[in-house]
Amino acid sequence: MFDLFAKVFGRDDASKEVAKERLRLVLVHDRTSLSPQAMENLKNDLLKVISEYMDIDDQGFRVDFSRHDDAMALVANIPIRSVKRKSLSQ
Amino acid sequence: MGEAIVITSGKGGVGKTTTTANLGAGLAKAGNKVALIDADIGLRNLDVVMGLENRIVYDLVDVVEGFAKLKHALIKDKRFENLYLLPAAQTRDKTAVTPDQMRDLVGQMKADFDFVLIDSPAGIEQGFKNAVAGADKALVVATPEVSSVRDADRIIGLLEAQEKHKPFLIINRIRADMVKRGDMMDIDDMIEILAIELLGVVPEDEAIVVSTNRGEPAVLNPQSRAGEAYRNIVRRLQGENVPMMKLEDDAGFFGRLRKLMGFKG
Ligand SMILES: Nc1ncnc2c1ncn2[C@@H]1O[C@H](COP(=O)(O)OP(=O)(O)O)[C@@H](O)[C@H]1O
Ligand SMILES: [Mg+2]
Repeated sequence: MFDLFAKVFGRDDASKEVAKERLRLVLVHDRTSLSPQAMENLKNDLLKVISEYMDIDDQGFRVDFSRHDDAMALVANIPIRSVKRKSLSQ
Repeated sequence: MGEAIVITSGKGGVGKTTTTANLGAGLAKAGNKVALIDADIGLRNLDVVMGLENRIVYDLVDVVEGFAKLKHALIKDKRFENLYLLPAAQTRDKTAVTPDQMRDLVGQMKADFDFVLIDSPAGIEQGFKNAVAGADKALVVATPEVSSVRDADRIIGLLEAQEKHKPFLIINRIRADMVKRGDMMDIDDMIEILAIELLGVVPEDEAIVVSTNRGEPAVLNPQSRAGEAYRNIVRRLQGENVPMMKLEDDAGFFGRLRKLMGFKG
């Protein structure tokens, strides 16, 4: 009965799904051999470059790996506070 | 010229030694001349799993250092006269042997045996490098758990970087009941994540503990599910095409009947 339920409603909380998701992320780091420190450096470098063009909210700034269909992508979420007038006129 | 196969994993306690013993006994039973090398120097174990611990005189390090002849160090199995074990040294450490020495030794043994199986220690350091040095093929053992799969991925990366071995996966200790309720990764999940070819799936089985207690590999026990899985892997290693065994959590009459029909075909 429970199995039927699980099939019909799809148990997203099944612990194997949690395991797979955690593995997926940890393996990207392992495989690209990017340590958490290297990720932090990448983030800071990105922040520095983008800040030359716009005023960004560095608290909300996030960089992470994510999966799109079958490929892995590096996804950055960069909240903008304001765009600098100087960069627009260039 | 025989084939040298290393059984490795990264993580400890996932079933490398159990797998080496069972595949060795199974290959020998099928008529092959087989040598097992315990490359876990300092943590000798294959001897007790095989039930041969009382016969050890010389070990791997003695042979490599020229202190004993290979033929004097090889212990003959009690069940099969075409099965031999080269035990690990217990009082030395991994640095007592180099990858070059292992390559020479395994090369020499391949001339005399159809299969040379090498039981690797855990880890990715010198012990692992020694174990894989002379191997033609690598079997990576992993259990359906996050830490084991992660370590297996690491090992597969190292093996693929050498471009010498194409690694094959053996999934061990899978439990059909847990897979069914979504609390254990299944075969497809593991293959998808690790992206290597599957050689076999061994269920969690009490018979493994019992057989280890007795020093009698489960592959020789016709009742054991894990033994059956190992018998299938043995056939695959000999080039046969054997379908994967169905995972079942009920060992009842119908379950067994279905299983029997599933694989006789
Ligand atoms: N399929 C299985 N079912 C039940 N127990 C198992 C199974 N495979 C291995 N074990 C147990 O797990 C433990 C570790 O196995 P072992 O082969 O020594 O691992 P490793 O050589 O990788 O460290 C042993 O106690 C063994 O009996
Ligand atoms: Mg072991």
